[in-house]
Amino acid sequence: MQIALLGGLVLFVWWLAGNTHENLTERGIRTGFDYLWRPARFPISESILRYDASDSFFWAYVVGLANTLWLSFLSILFATLLGLVVGLSRRSAHPLLSRFAGTYVTVLRNVPLIVQLLFWYAIATSLFPVPREALNPLPGVFLSIRGVYAPALTLGPGASMLLIVAAILLVIAIVAGFKLSAGKRLSVKAASVGLSVCLWVAVVVGLSGMLGHPVGLEAPALKGLNFRGGMVLSPEFASIITGLTIYTSAFIGEIIRGGIDAVEKGQWEGGRALGLSERHIMFRIILPQALRIIVPPMTSQYLSTVKNTTLAVAVGYPELGLVVNTVINQTGQAIESILIMLAVFLSISLSVSAFMNWYNARVALVVR
Amino acid sequence: MTCKTTLTAMAVIAAFATPAFAQSTSTLDTVKERGRLICGSSQGTPGFGAPDDNGYWRGLDVETCRAVAVAVLDDKDAVDFVPLSGQQRIPALQTGEIDMLPRTLTWTLQRDANGINFTTPNYYEFTGFMMPKSLGITSVEDMAGASVCVQTGSTTEVVVNDVSTKNDLDLQPVVFDNTTAGRQAFFSGRCDALITDAGALASVRATMADNPDDYVIFPATPYMDALTPAVRHGDDQWLDIVTWSIQAMIAAEAFGLTSENIDDYLDSDDPRIRRFLGTDPGNGAALGLSDDFAYRIVKSVGNYAEVYDRNVGMDSPLKLERGYNALFNDGGLMFPLAFQ
Repeated sequence: MQIALLGGLVLFVWWLAGNTHENLTERGIRTGFDYLWRPARFPISESILRYDASDSFFWAYVVGLANTLWLSFLSILFATLLGLVVGLSRRSAHPLLSRFAGTYVTVLRNVPLIVQLLFWYAIATSLFPVPREALNPLPGVFLSIRGVYAPALTLGPGASMLLIVAAILLVIAIVAGFKLSAGKRLSVKAASVGLSVCLWVAVVVGLSGMLGHPVGLEAPALKGLNFRGGMVLSPEFASIITGLTIYTSAFIGEIIRGGIDAVEKGQWEGGRALGLSERHIMFRIILPQALRIIVPPMTSQYLSTVKNTTLAVAVGYPELGLVVNTVINQTGQAIESILIMLAVFLSISLSVSAFMNWYNARVALVVR
Repeated sequence: MTCKTTLTAMAVIAAFATPAFAQSTSTLDTVKERGRLICGSSQGTPGFGAPDDNGYWRGLDVETCRAVAVAVLDDKDAVDFVPLSGQQRIPALQTGEIDMLPRTLTWTLQRDANGINFTTPNYYEFTGFMMPKSLGITSVEDMAGASVCVQTGSTTEVVVNDVSTKNDLDLQPVVFDNTTAGRQAFFSGRCDALITDAGALASVRATMADNPDDYVIFPATPYMDALTPAVRHGDDQWLDIVTWSIQAMIAAEAFGLTSENIDDYLDSDDPRIRRFLGTDPGNGAALGLSDDFAYRIVKSVGNYAEVYDRNVGMDSPLKLERGYNALFNDGGLMFPLAFQ
């Protein structure tokens, strides 16, 4: 029976593919994936990978994918942190805090994400002045309608070595600070760590001097129409990340609250009977147990977040969806492009799901 | 947005995956049987294609459809308009959702080679930049570092890159999927410049700017684009009908025929005009239409000059000069083919 079903499915897919191919040929529409290696020629407004319009369509997809992953990673990270705060606030005994968190969740869950994104984009592009009248709250930092410009690190020869050595020394300095003051009072600990960090700064500055100061700061400057140099947080990226984080945090907050509420009341009572503080009970007893309940719904929330990143096209952030749209228009190869997008999102979702399942198996109650 | 594009693409896949359906009947028969012509149109570019206050579609491209509807169905209002985004338009034509696509569509080799056929240009223009006059920039060379609002689904995406590379300008594109969002971003000051077809820029300036005189439009490249209505690949008769319906308006202007005076020419002695009007038969029948199709187009829609002036020219808010869209003997590129 199952074999017959499988056979039927294979035949059906075969029939679909055959028809598609026949119809496409009949209408003189090119098929195939060889366009992937031709130069893309269209611009991508911002990317975390280096992209030039002379790169291939394939690379354009990769750049779009990298933007999607970066966006997904940051919004999941921020939304989880914010969601934890929201979830704990909703359970707070303080009525003002719990009411506020309740309103936050209700409002955000009931307004469509696309509307929220357009709202944030409207704010990002109307709050700040034009570049010539940019706000300058800190030296080297400029706020304008074109985004937030801040000084960026410039790396000269020997810079990577210096940064690696500095990072290792910093870890050693902090660990040493704690070790030396082990068992002492908190204030002594802080003083000890502070002292070793000061020492670290002196050593790193000295080391940098020996290498001829390879690491510098490049401040953005107004040249012609726009700021050049430095690093920039564009209004497009800022609005999509803000919108996604805040929207998702409302759902995550509810998942976390639900998880905590689902832990038996006896666990709290047991903790109190042992004389533990409320905070200790929460972080040492309740949350670890709540995790088992939280992880499965959290997985689907993370998957939704990844899929929601495609709404970034509405505010002009070039994630994979926007790149695919553009490629379809430039090449007319809609079927191939959509197949690639389907494959990519399927792999991302399956990877996220696989990771979360692995994590779930780790935190699950081990029954012997 | 993406969702819509994905749906369109899914529809494309679905449509192609079903056994060949409309291939046996010609588009002409389909349109006649349906009694309506279905036209792809823009999502709102006044002057070229947009509904007016009463919901009646007006514009240069819209009238191209009306001309075909007159030729085939003898009724300029027997047209349904389907608003399509830049990415949706070509798949919509290929899958048979629309019968013809007159939507500020640039005739390019890649599009021509890939499943659609172009008819005859109904508008020539350059790709332009629009910038606020206050920036004091009036040519491409001075634009170094400018950020440019670009809409995806158009040839301008490639133009903005070509211009930037060629003149070493380091233009910073901000690409929008949604036409309106891109235009609003420009007016809010997110970008220094907006790039698209010059006619569309004039349309945006006339309809969206608080004070149209505050904005300047200049060419982005030295090249002209031929905006050309397209039809599906593989139906030569339909290709001819759309081509010659557009040509009828251009030829009428060359002959000096207008919707007002055309009846005076019905007994003309000029053999060329007699053939054009169908007084001497043959032309219409060759296309599978009635012999007076050109007469009916001019009578109810008008000649090219009338259509131009009313929609984008001096009688419209866009106030565009004829320029390259004048007839060949006035220094333009509009050239009537021989109606014989």
